[in-house]
Amino acid sequence: MSRSTFLLDGQSVPFDDGQMILEAARAAGRYIPHLCWHPDFPPHGSCKLCVVKVAGRHVSACATPARAGAEVESDTPEINTERRTLLQMLFVEGNHFCPACEKSGDCQLQAMAYDLEMTTPRFRHFFPDRPVDASHPEVLLDFNRCIYCELCVRASREQDGKAVFALTGRGINKKLAVNAESGRLADTDFAADDKAARICPVGVILKKRVGFAVPIGERTYDRAPLHEVALPKSEGDT
Amino acid sequence: MALGAWAQRVDETLTRFGRRPEYLLQMLIALQEHENWLPPEALTALAAALDLPRARVEGVVGFYSFLHAEPVGQYRLLFSDNIIDRMCGSEALMARLCHSLWLAPGQVSEDGLASVDVTSCTGLGDQGPAMLVNGRAIAALNEDRIDIICELIRQKLALDAWPVELFQFENTIQQRDALLSCTALPGDALRAAIAMGRDAWLSQMQASRLRGRGGAGFTTAVKWLACRDAPTVEKIVVCNADEGEPGTFKDRVLLDAHADLVFEGMTLAAWAVGARRGFLYLRGEYLNLRPALEATLARRRAEGWLGASIGGVAGFDFDIEIHLGAGAYVCGEETALLESLEGKRGTPRIRPPFPVTHGYLGLPTVVNNVETLAKCCLIALHGGAAFAATGTAQSAGTKLLSVSGDCARPGIYEFPFGVTVRQVLDACGASDTLAVQVGGAAGITLAPYEFGRRVAFEDVPTAGAFMVFNDTRDMFEVAHNFVRFFAHESCGFCTPCRVGTSLLAGTLDKLAEGKGSPADLLEIEDLDRLLKQASHCGLGSAAPNPVIDGLQKFRPAYERHLMHADFSPAFDLDGALRRARQITGRDDAGAHLPQQPEASR
Ligand SMILES: Cc1cc2nc3c(=O)[nH]c(=O)nc-3n(C[C@H](O)[C@H](O)[C@H](O)COP(=O)(O)O)c2cc1C
Ligand code: SF4
Ligand code: SF4
Ligand code: FES
Repeated sequence: MSRSTFLLDGQSVPFDDGQMILEAARAAGRYIPHLCWHPDFPPHGSCKLCVVKVAGRHVSACATPARAGAEVESDTPEINTERRTLLQMLFVEGNHFCPACEKSGDCQLQAMAYDLEMTTPRFRHFFPDRPVDASHPEVLLDFNRCIYCELCVRASREQDGKAVFALTGRGINKKLAVNAESGRLADTDFAADDKAARICPVGVILKKRVGFAVPIGERTYDRAPLHEVALPKSEGDT
Repeated sequence: MALGAWAQRVDETLTRFGRRPEYLLQMLIALQEHENWLPPEALTALAAALDLPRARVEGVVGFYSFLHAEPVGQYRLLFSDNIIDRMCGSEALMARLCHSLWLAPGQVSEDGLASVDVTSCTGLGDQGPAMLVNGRAIAALNEDRIDIICELIRQKLALDAWPVELFQFENTIQQRDALLSCTALPGDALRAAIAMGRDAWLSQMQASRLRGRGGAGFTTAVKWLACRDAPTVEKIVVCNADEGEPGTFKDRVLLDAHADLVFEGMTLAAWAVGARRGFLYLRGEYLNLRPALEATLARRRAEGWLGASIGGVAGFDFDIEIHLGAGAYVCGEETALLESLEGKRGTPRIRPPFPVTHGYLGLPTVVNNVETLAKCCLIALHGGAAFAATGTAQSAGTKLLSVSGDCARPGIYEFPFGVTVRQVLDACGASDTLAVQVGGAAGITLAPYEFGRRVAFEDVPTAGAFMVFNDTRDMFEVAHNFVRFFAHESCGFCTPCRVGTSLLAGTLDKLAEGKGSPADLLEIEDLDRLLKQASHCGLGSAAPNPVIDGLQKFRPAYERHLMHADFSPAFDLDGALRRARQITGRDDAGAHLPQQPEASR
């Protein structure tokens, strides 16, 4: 029996019943940008970088089931401009000084900004006050770079069987909290080999004492752009 | 406070609510009553007792405006900050209170006695300005009442000892139609629906063409049928009494003056879908109403209209609990409401699945607005056809409007759908009207040339707010107030709304300071588009509405705030000298740079 298909930017993509647009596209080797989506977890739908246009409506490709015959627009000037604006929002909301960040070159936010040709931050910076947490012997938390994808929250809860991270606050004052009355990572049951320690797409959760082990210029997204690295074959090494 | 004391308080709370994590929000609200805030050790103790991660409990506290993880003083005074309260003079009254109590907004007084701040619309627009004192609303504020309140605070009198009339609201009903003149006794509607049988009752609902009064206008019978037919046996009925839309207060009046109709409507829904549990999600701002509502529930239980075998029908078992909100407008969105009912942060869910199949704790759930449910009683009493005989083709029945602002007679008006904006303006005694905001901050701004339009789903839809502005008002200021409201209430889940509402508010702040440029107007239009298209829920997509309408219909009000009509400066030259002026103590003409001599202001 032949599978149903939809059109992604004019090209046919097969899908299974119940599969989301983004998943089906990936399986067919087609990249749709995403930050909060991860193959190990159900869709989250918060970053909105996976926005696509279906029948005139803008929807999240990670959380919208594919439908037979649908025409999905993704890699178009209109949608990419929208994504660029979302990236600019994420950059000005936090404190991102890429040249001084250990994650530079391995960071999905930065790589996506290159991919989508974001050249300026455009908006005024919020310069939020977010103190770092260096209490843990092996891992540093630099909250300045958090984009609230909640991957660490989900990985800790669902894969590590802990609950080291959670969100608190609301709106623009939302922040990441750790599971201790002191608010210090050292006082939680977090361990450096937790899944949650390795899942952050940006430079918040960083292993101590391995800074710049791989020189800038030779890192993941220095070697290949995000839209290639993020496709299934190579997902493991991101 | 010693640790032992909190352990005991947590214990008492657990006894009251059971060891059920879905009651977390209710427990936190109850625990906070002890000291008006929730110290770290209280959260640790509660988390441990419920076997929840502490960070999750902290996250819930952090989400709701009325829960405090830091001390806020013995008296927490929050002024309602809707534009209507401001038009009634709330800012001057707040300044008077701050002056009298020697404190600054946003700060706790040195002696830990009080703190003063603003809060989103408290639903008392017809009798503003209003405030909340430790969560309890006081309406009709004036200088005398402020002075009385200051005196009571200085005497450190407990709230229960304050004069009761301070906490009383008026139910200003200006015009009655089918619903507000309903004289049925408790149980009459249920008796009729039970006599019909479940299926025939649902057919009457279908015939009525009743659509939801909470905003989206979904056909109620379709929702009920989907819930009834969902495979899971256990069903839930939720009444959405969050009424957070600025300028809306009709649900408050229904809950106060016609609570039986609301509860009976919920029971009628339970009869249709086969639910055994019901929740009234009452916004925290309406705390004053709770005791009377609990009393009504108790009476209905005693009369046999709630509980087991309702109306003598074996197996028709249904009861209602009241859950309180805690200061979060987004919890009016039905999936955020369900998260909140489950004791979590009020983050809207991904849909599908919809609540009718996966709602409260994953059970099929009907969520309806207060007014929608009350209307069901009319359908049971008089039949669906009679209900559908009023209103318009796509909007059957009547609509309650919450009228406030510049008019002689603010209050509740019940009109058949199809009434024109001008008819409402005439009825409430408005003159020299510049604009009407229909549907609240998320609604639509109408200019005089549109006053012939009709209130109906097919023309001007509304959840019930009707705010009137006369020609002395600045529509830029109105939109500015609404946008700040959305930025404050954004749940922060999705990027466009979390960051976009703050950026939008920031740009309007800049305009308000008289520093705008044409580039800012383009920026605003760009943000508007993104919010509309990419937001996760209706809060973000409605947030730019007041500005979109404002720029289209009242553009001069925005252009007045532009510093430069044609070019956009990279920075404010004169502003850069502000520090220098401060240091040198100079403020003469020579200490200022001419900003834009040729500006067309
Ligand atoms: C941000 C937001 C706030 C809302 N607030 C309310 C509210 O306070 N009361 C309400 O009944 N519906 C509110 N709604 C609409 C609900 O999501 C839902 O549509 C409604 O409760 C369904 O009831 P109805 O069909 O009877 O109107 C809100 C929606 C959004 C997006
Ligand atoms: S710390 Fe990293 S993984 Fe966790 S929410 Fe922030 S950006 Fe996402
Ligand atoms: S649109 Fe706003 S309120 Fe709605 S989910 Fe996004 S951040 Fe939350
Ligand atoms: S990847 Fe779809 S919303 Fe983040």
